[in-house]
Amino acid sequence: MTTTQAPAATARRRRTPRTWVKNGGLTALAFALPMILIFTVFSWGPIVRSVVMSFQKTNLLQPAEFVGFDNFIAVLNDPLLGTAVLNTLYFAALALVMGFPIPILMAVLMSEVRRGKGIYSALAYLPVVVPPVVAVLLWKVFYDASPNGVLNTVLGWVGIGPQPWLQSQAQAMPSLVIEATWAAAGGSIIIYLAALLAVPPELYDAAEVDGASIWRKAWHVTLPQLRGVIFVMLILQILATAQIFLEPFLFTGGGPVNSTTTVLLLIYRYAFQNSLGGNYGMATALSVMLAIFLALLSWIYFRLTARWSTS
Amino acid sequence: MTTETTTPAAQRAGSAALAGGVDTRRSRPLRWRKRRGPMIEDSRGIVSETDLRQPRVRRGMRVVHVFLSVTLVLAGLGPLLWLAKAAVTPTQDTLREPFALWPNGIDWANLSTAWNDIHIDQYFFNTVVIALGAWVFQMLIATTGAYTLSVLKPRYHRVLGSLVLATLFIPSVVLLVPLYLTVVSPPFLGRDYSLLNNYLAVWLPMAANAFNILLVKRFFDNLPREVIEAAQTDGAGPFRLFWSIILPMSKPILGVVSVFAVIAAWKDFLWPLLVLPDPAVQPLSVRLPAVQSQTELDVFLAALAIATIIPVVMFLLFQRVFLRSAGLGGAVKG
Repeated sequence: MTTTQAPAATARRRRTPRTWVKNGGLTALAFALPMILIFTVFSWGPIVRSVVMSFQKTNLLQPAEFVGFDNFIAVLNDPLLGTAVLNTLYFAALALVMGFPIPILMAVLMSEVRRGKGIYSALAYLPVVVPPVVAVLLWKVFYDASPNGVLNTVLGWVGIGPQPWLQSQAQAMPSLVIEATWAAAGGSIIIYLAALLAVPPELYDAAEVDGASIWRKAWHVTLPQLRGVIFVMLILQILATAQIFLEPFLFTGGGPVNSTTTVLLLIYRYAFQNSLGGNYGMATALSVMLAIFLALLSWIYFRLTARWSTS
Repeated sequence: MTTETTTPAAQRAGSAALAGGVDTRRSRPLRWRKRRGPMIEDSRGIVSETDLRQPRVRRGMRVVHVFLSVTLVLAGLGPLLWLAKAAVTPTQDTLREPFALWPNGIDWANLSTAWNDIHIDQYFFNTVVIALGAWVFQMLIATTGAYTLSVLKPRYHRVLGSLVLATLFIPSVVLLVPLYLTVVSPPFLGRDYSLLNNYLAVWLPMAANAFNILLVKRFFDNLPREVIEAAQTDGAGPFRLFWSIILPMSKPILGVVSVFAVIAAWKDFLWPLLVLPDPAVQPLSVRLPAVQSQTELDVFLAALAIATIIPVVMFLLFQRVFLRSAGLGGAVKG
């Protein structure tokens, strides 16, 4: 990319505005400009502004003033922060336990059946198509705590008494996770199915020559071949669960007694639900801290996928 | 505003699907043929044909079939069927016996009440406008941006490419507050101008999507260079090349990006909630939670059903594109 200004460089190589236009520089810029403008105003600019604002005291009414690390200290001293972090971790852990193995199992089974794969994939993907807000509002009806609630009726059929679901501190978070798992599993299943298609058939053939049973093939061929995708999905899921917002916001608003207040909900409250006007400094300070953690994760993720896709 | 990239295996399978059928997926170079085969077809799995000759395995496979049918119908279809039933059931019946099939008759009026009285029609229209605009802007930026980075390659394309790519690592949460303030008082437009309640406030930030650009750029990178060179030799300028050669050859990926764009816009909740405070311009996703408390349950469920029907019908119509996108892009977060 670097042109040396050697004397041998002829007039053809010298860059003047005219040669620049002639060589397509202007048209290239015309094509690049929409992207550059949009990213400057709506991506790069706000990212920089976020970092700047985390060191400022600002609420749009008064001019911003620099306050050093005050915002960060205020956030770290907020007694709710610990709760929010723990709740977010709890959500992530529950989502891993409930939501992570199911799609793998379903995808492996679905890839084995000889007929009906198309219908099974469509059925599995259907919940993903439902708009997330609709899904949450629908499940909110399902979680009706009365004995005649939808899920409580189902539990009644198998002889289990009515559960309080969203109204109890202990059950609110698991309820959120169940809905989130239902809403997301289909997407993961499709990804695992695609990965299973990419397993080289020769590996199975070779295993059979060695007399491997179905279980041994699944354990020694399929799972190792899926290892890469499983790890990627793991990181993607952690990235997604760390930013969980919609479910606690719409199901419970963070309650009961802050048992479902997550980090993102806290950011939202700092900025947009503050009786003293938006505390944008604290909101951005917490966003920046969360973002650094997540950016590290996505960097690891990207390095791994880049290595795998080149190898 | 998503932070993911494609998984390698998903990429491979996705490009195989794009190339027109899984039979070409290994060892052969990708060909961008028009023929589109089904994405998931018979392929060699764990259970071999020889295994299937054993009665024990045959029985096992039948169990697998039953298990899959029951679980997937219950989990995938069940809630939606219940919603469809409850949408035309009076509130009292739904509350008393949620699983009884219309003990006191079907109440079709719920649907029209939802449509007319709580103005689902208006919000529905808003949602469509938001999705269409988001689609236009995302396509515009993704194609022109990818064309710059992949084909035109001006001197600064490496720097530009890395700057765009870098935004993939920044989770969208960090943008929430500063982006909101940008919309409240956008740059270059004077102090009193605000994009609040303007659909551009939703469309434009969605267009700053590095994932789309990356996806399209990778596709452009894999287009046969000979075709591009031949077109250039024949005297096609950059605009002509873009419009008449590159875009027509890229229909598969443009379909995928379109699905992403429309779904993301349809799903979005928090951002429209922030930048569209006026109920008259809000989409369904924002209005539905807002009207819940003042709406009777049966009408509300009818509204939910109406809000679900279009995405579900779209999915059933364009199943292949949806599933291909899902395999290619990983789960899309709202």
